[in-house]
Amino acid sequence: MVQTMLLNDEVQLLRKVPYFCRVDPCKLKLLAFTSDRVCYDPGEELFSQGDNAEAAYVILLGEAELFTHTAGEDIKIGEAGCNSIIGEMCLISSSLQAVTARAKTEVEALRIAKDTFFKVIADNPRINMEISRTLAENLRGSRFNGSNRVEHLVS
Amino acid sequence: MEKHLLRYIWNHTRPQQIWVLSIVLLSMIPYFMAFDLPKQIINGPIQGGGGFDSPGATQAFLDFSYTVPLLGWTIAFKGFELSRLEMLLALSGVFLLLVVINGLFKFYINNYKGKLGERLLRRIRYELVDRLLRFPPSTMRQVRAAEVSSMVKDEVEPFGGFTGDAFVQPALLGGQATAALIFIILQNLWLGLIAAFMVAIQVGIIPKMRRRLIDLGRQRQITARHLAGKVGEIVEGIDTIHTYDTTNYERADISNRLGQIYKIRYELYRWKFLVKFVNNFLSQLTPFLFYSIGGYFALRGTLDVGQLVAVINAYKDLPGPLKELIDWDQARQDVQVKYEQVREQFEPPQLLDPAIQTMSAKMPDHLASPLAAVNVTISDGSGAHVTENVSLKIAAGETVAMIDNSGIGAEAIAEAFGRIAWPTSGRVTLGDAELLELPEAVTGRQITYASSDSYFFHGTLRDNLVYGLKHAPSVPDNDPNGETNPRRWAIQEALRAGNSIHDPDADWIDVRSTSVSRGGPDDLSRSMLGALDAVQLTSEVMELALHSFIDPKDNPTLTERVVEMRFALREELARDGIGNIVAYFDFTSYNKEATVRENLLFAASRQTSAFNAEVVEGEYIFEVLKTANLFELLYAMGLTIAENVVEIFAGLPPEHPLFQQLEHITIDDIAFYQQFMQKRRRKPGMEVRESDRKAIVRLSLYYIEPRYRFGVLSEEIMDQIVAARDLFYAKLPMALRDRIERYDPHRYMGAATLRENILFGKLTHRSPDAPAKIRKIAARLTREMGLYDSFINLGLSYDVGASGRRLTPVQRHKLSLARALIRRSSYYIFNKPLPGLDRRVQEEIVKNVLQFLQEQDNNPSVVWVLSNTSLSRMFHRVIVFDRGSIVEDGSFETLDMKSGIFRTLVA
Repeated sequence: MVQTMLLNDEVQLLRKVPYFCRVDPCKLKLLAFTSDRVCYDPGEELFSQGDNAEAAYVILLGEAELFTHTAGEDIKIGEAGCNSIIGEMCLISSSLQAVTARAKTEVEALRIAKDTFFKVIADNPRINMEISRTLAENLRGSRFNGSNRVEHLVS
Repeated sequence: MEKHLLRYIWNHTRPQQIWVLSIVLLSMIPYFMAFDLPKQIINGPIQGGGGFDSPGATQAFLDFSYTVPLLGWTIAFKGFELSRLEMLLALSGVFLLLVVINGLFKFYINNYKGKLGERLLRRIRYELVDRLLRFPPSTMRQVRAAEVSSMVKDEVEPFGGFTGDAFVQPALLGGQATAALIFIILQNLWLGLIAAFMVAIQVGIIPKMRRRLIDLGRQRQITARHLAGKVGEIVEGIDTIHTYDTTNYERADISNRLGQIYKIRYELYRWKFLVKFVNNFLSQLTPFLFYSIGGYFALRGTLDVGQLVAVINAYKDLPGPLKELIDWDQARQDVQVKYEQVREQFEPPQLLDPAIQTMSAKMPDHLASPLAAVNVTISDGSGAHVTENVSLKIAAGETVAMIDNSGIGAEAIAEAFGRIAWPTSGRVTLGDAELLELPEAVTGRQITYASSDSYFFHGTLRDNLVYGLKHAPSVPDNDPNGETNPRRWAIQEALRAGNSIHDPDADWIDVRSTSVSRGGPDDLSRSMLGALDAVQLTSEVMELALHSFIDPKDNPTLTERVVEMRFALREELARDGIGNIVAYFDFTSYNKEATVRENLLFAASRQTSAFNAEVVEGEYIFEVLKTANLFELLYAMGLTIAENVVEIFAGLPPEHPLFQQLEHITIDDIAFYQQFMQKRRRKPGMEVRESDRKAIVRLSLYYIEPRYRFGVLSEEIMDQIVAARDLFYAKLPMALRDRIERYDPHRYMGAATLRENILFGKLTHRSPDAPAKIRKIAARLTREMGLYDSFINLGLSYDVGASGRRLTPVQRHKLSLARALIRRSSYYIFNKPLPGLDRRVQEEIVKNVLQFLQEQDNNPSVVWVLSNTSLSRMFHRVIVFDRGSIVEDGSFETLDMKSGIFRTLVA
């Protein structure tokens, strides 16, 4: 694939992610720089349920589907498109991945590894707070009218 | 060991001492003949005395006449009649002959003495180490390694030099001195008695004064030994010293010790020279007495002047030997003190019987007799009992978990089974015999003991792994005649010094005593692989192999196969549709996953010790860049990179962990770029220094587009770099030729690791799963292509460093367990061998180990002291210790039913 998206474009995209929208662009550039740019072919897994959660993914291009594995079958619970972040729970708590994420189309993503993330926010209480706040909003949002980032298809 | 060094020397070198003494006496004959000859030459042929009065006179040469006493037979030779000139030449010839003979005698005697001394030194060193190997464990715990090694190495050293002179010197010098004294007495009884009296004073006083010297010598030796011990301690405890900031305390301690040593040594000097002064004074006093008293009597007329002169002349020969004799005595006392000091350390109250360690090539019969403890009480260093009256029996084939509730009873019993701790009362028995009375050849093979503090010797992983199989050389080498010359010499010399005659380079690995024993040639490798698998060390060994460098010259077959595997892997990845996760090296195209520099070089560079290779390389690269018109392009590119890097990193505090993510840029570099960029902005047209330009270009050299994503690497630059590769090789300086090895898909590169050679490309940055995917396929290929064993072997050639320090502690523990598993034994005692290991991993390893051992045909028993009590469910039987006594003993199920200590432990 021809590489068109540069670091600066990534930063622009990151700013559209609710978690990071209020964070200093300079820090976002650092975050983007220290993260890996990864790509997946359709059908490839970004992570799978029960894995050690090591990174969050910000989708830059394409779409990913989220599944949960219950009673022997994968049930699709949502989709994540451009500018959305998935697997971000690992940034806050250490737990296993709760869902499986699979590329629906060709996916370009920024892989924010947990330990780099901690190193970046270590001296940035601002990011820390922003993230907690967004998370809290998310939780409240999901309680009342579903998450604002993935459309729930669970019936 | 004998109490006195002289006796020790005499006992071990008696025939040789007598031989060298007789040679010395024999050498006296030509020596004294040579003394007399110059006088004969001068008086006879030169001055014309002794029958050469008239010009034509001749004299007999070599005439002699000897009458055998009692029998009255006369042997006589009339000699040759020689003229004066002929006689001069003949006598000079004899003189030359005597010079040669004397020289040869001296040469032979010195050599012989040297040989004698070195052999004795070898013997005594060997004996000390032999004793060390026979120390009981309690004594061994008090020994400081560095002190003992300094004793064996340095303190015994002077014994060798002394040995040759030990008996020859006093015999010879004593004889000379006595002869001189008798000669004086013969000249004049009274003056002779005066001389004898003075000698007696000298011989009496000087050694008394030297007593202080000896005392100081002893102190010097002990303080020096402690110093060696302390230095050893510093080396071993360096981490603790650093972490607790006690370097200055250690400095003070060393300084204090050195001060003491200085004080002792200085006093030693003072005494030495005082003694010397007194000695010289006394020996000069005698002539004074001769002159004054003798002169007085001569004046009075009661003494003949001729006699006085004769006495004074004769006295000249006395002080020389006497002084040397006293020096010899000093040397004797010196080495005696050293000897006593060393001996003291090597005479513990108890020493293992040598019979216990007799080498035996025979495998002990695998007795199924029980290993048992009968009323065993074990004390720790302070004398407190850690077990009390413990009795237990381990039957054949049983697996037993031992657990401590409180105290270390289980560990102590395991140590007693392993022969490391000796019971203070009670007995440990194997079959009918007491364990401590059985030879180590039996217990050391019937029983395998492993704990977390097992030691590793300097060498490769393999050496350490098979260490437990080296009981005896597989080919007995008792017949010195059947050996090669150097080996025969080695055996003879070893015998002369009472050393071991076995060759350490022989094949010591006992292939019959491997745990997998099916009689096939691959028993050893199967045991090794099985043991490594059981302790989960295989992947780490493989990792070591992948990191290693192989020289294709040493290993042509293997490296060829690796190149084959390179292509196979490429094909296999393409077949799986993931060929794009590796960017292969291709001479005609730019590798986007590699740095600009790597793309230019298109080669693996060898680590060299040549001091300036890297500098030369850097300069040469700049040169090539300039010729290829790339320098300015890369400079411009570097400026953009610098701008970005500064923007990203400038705000971070210098200790920020993210700096470690930048491989080739340091914090100082960032500061430099920042300043540089600011300066440029202020004065746009300024002249840029060459060194600054290079620094900026260097930034471009380490740029990887997918990693940095600054979008500065244009197609043009990439094409130009590819084109510049030829240029780079065209004028490669000599200094770099050896260092740089060009990528060639059909050749193995000795300058690259095994992994790089297999992959022959760069993993893409864009797929985080790439390493895992590759590993899976590569592992399969390795097995399919039959390279697995070779790679493992390569990994096993890894050097573990001094006491295994190049391994991590966990690796060491696993290796220690694997080393135990390789051995075929009836009893395996594992004393908390895996501390600090993940619970899950521990469980897996315990399971693997039990399975591995139970697969063997000899039905071994396993005793495992567990730190993780829940693992006890995997064992037939569980023994729970509490404060040194057994409180519960039974199967896991029964103990789990009872509401005893065990349940509280497991719950």
